[in-house]
Amino acid sequence: MSTLSPSINRSSSINRSSVSRLSLRRIWGLGRAEFTLFWRNKTAVVNALVLPLVMVGAYAFYARDNESLTGNTSISVYILTGTVVFVLLLVVYYNLVTAYVARREELMLKRLRTGEAHDGEILAAGAMPAVVVALAQVVVAVGIGAALLDLPVPVNVVLLLVGLLGGIVVFVLLAAASTAFTSNVEFAQISTLPVLMVCAFGSGALIPFSALPDAAVQVLRFIPLAPVVELLQLGWVGGPDGVGFAEAFVQARKPVAILVGWIVFGWLAQRRWFRWEPRRS
Amino acid sequence: MEASPRIDGVVKVPVQSSTAANVIELNNVSRRYGSFEAVRGVSFSVAKGELFALLGTNGAGKTSTVEVVEGLSRPSSGEVRVLGHDPYTERALVRPRIGIMLQEAGFAGDLTVVETMRMWAGTASRPRPVPEVMAAVALEHKASTQVKQLSGGERRRLDLALALLGSPEVLFLDEPTTGLDPESRRNTWQLIRGMLAEGTTVLLTTHYLEEAEELADRLAIMHAGHIVAAGTVAEVVAAHPARITFQLPAGVAPEALPTLPGARSVHCDPTNGAVEIRTDALQESLAALLAWANPAGLVLPRLQARSASLEEAFLSVADGHMSLADPQTEKVSA
Repeated sequence: MSTLSPSINRSSSINRSSVSRLSLRRIWGLGRAEFTLFWRNKTAVVNALVLPLVMVGAYAFYARDNESLTGNTSISVYILTGTVVFVLLLVVYYNLVTAYVARREELMLKRLRTGEAHDGEILAAGAMPAVVVALAQVVVAVGIGAALLDLPVPVNVVLLLVGLLGGIVVFVLLAAASTAFTSNVEFAQISTLPVLMVCAFGSGALIPFSALPDAAVQVLRFIPLAPVVELLQLGWVGGPDGVGFAEAFVQARKPVAILVGWIVFGWLAQRRWFRWEPRRS
Repeated sequence: MEASPRIDGVVKVPVQSSTAANVIELNNVSRRYGSFEAVRGVSFSVAKGELFALLGTNGAGKTSTVEVVEGLSRPSSGEVRVLGHDPYTERALVRPRIGIMLQEAGFAGDLTVVETMRMWAGTASRPRPVPEVMAAVALEHKASTQVKQLSGGERRRLDLALALLGSPEVLFLDEPTTGLDPESRRNTWQLIRGMLAEGTTVLLTTHYLEEAEELADRLAIMHAGHIVAAGTVAEVVAAHPARITFQLPAGVAPEALPTLPGARSVHCDPTNGAVEIRTDALQESLAALLAWANPAGLVLPRLQARSASLEEAFLSVADGHMSLADPQTEKVSA
């Protein structure tokens, strides 16, 4: 051990305006480490890369044999919507609950909070691997769909992107909020089940709303994943009525409102309940 | 770097007006957890370039106090200023200029040492070069070792490295050398002295009194949420008696011991004959003791004479000898 040489830029003043704003540099500084950690965690890699493939494969066979389920939606769009559903639930939600809880329990979050990074930056950096892998998988799925499954040209790309990106934001926030009732990494397998099950079966992707009683649909519309599925189907084929570009915007008002509602709820929930340190026993 | 003595907490002097030289200022700070008050009206200030040590038994309120100064939590009442700002509400202005080494913080075990340091450097406004800091804490040879494979002492040094990485003007060290071997401890001290020489201000908490004696310009001893003694090491020690100990020679009754000038108390353990004399005038007491023993040809086995030490001051606080005449203390600490 030796002494440190005097720091050269000690006297350089801290720029007042740049200090309080969200810093992409800091997010990237932390996010790069999160990517390294992600690739070194074999369980996370398998969960994020292999599991959705298996699910989508099984799902594709199921859809092929039940053409009546897909209604107006073509099988390729049906499969693509299912891909997004599994990616949001497994790659973003489940994977992130595990990652946040792991960082909390190993006292990493406690350390990060002693530095310059803001709370939001720390959470955003933690979500980076999941979000990037999720987006990459959707891009690959669209590419395969276009090349092999004669995927139709989308009716309204704006709504597709709103649905996908809004869905990612919702499930990042819900993952952060869900850490409040997840005491350790192992328990994440159980604590994530309610959201996973309700969203997987109730969002209108696996079982189309057209196959369900009206009363049930009125309730299921409000679960966090339902507006995402609705926007994807609306954006790709104009929904069950096959509407055009302009009419799709009109019909999108309700799902967009529900999606925004979940983003607000998720934001408030994680602000209120997210813990940065393990509970002391 | 002799700082003017300032004893707050014990003597309730009005808190000094804010001067530019004070980097840290606490004014009557309290911190409550539910009904438990961990910190009770603590005031002190630390000047630029000074090392101030907070000592105390476990649960005395050291870490709770330091967390408030670091801006990790808000005080229940009272005022905290670090570099002229509120560390909690003006966090964004304070954080880039301070470095924090927590008593207990974790790492991502799968990252290597150099990856961990790069990550931290990526969040700092003005990071020092990573290799330089890694060399300063003697971890260069561990650069590509995963953190989970480091020893406890190596992890502690990595902790310190991260606190130093942002070129801090104020350094918070919460038990920085716990778990280090003696050599690493000395090296850490040397590193801290280097930082002080450069003008860094340090707030240190420690269990090792030797560490405080080595490094601290001033210190405060906390007990049950209060500061019960504060000042330079010499000032804190001055309030405590020196000690003479020896074994009562065979055939000498305890009553035969002479009355010594300056002695506060003479105690003889009847089971083993160990004598302990506490005195305010060590030299005179010792001279009188030897003037009694030598002519009689008495040998005093295991004779020791020690000036009061920080350890003595600390132990008397821990034993409650110095608890404040504050009715609240008795009421809540029960």
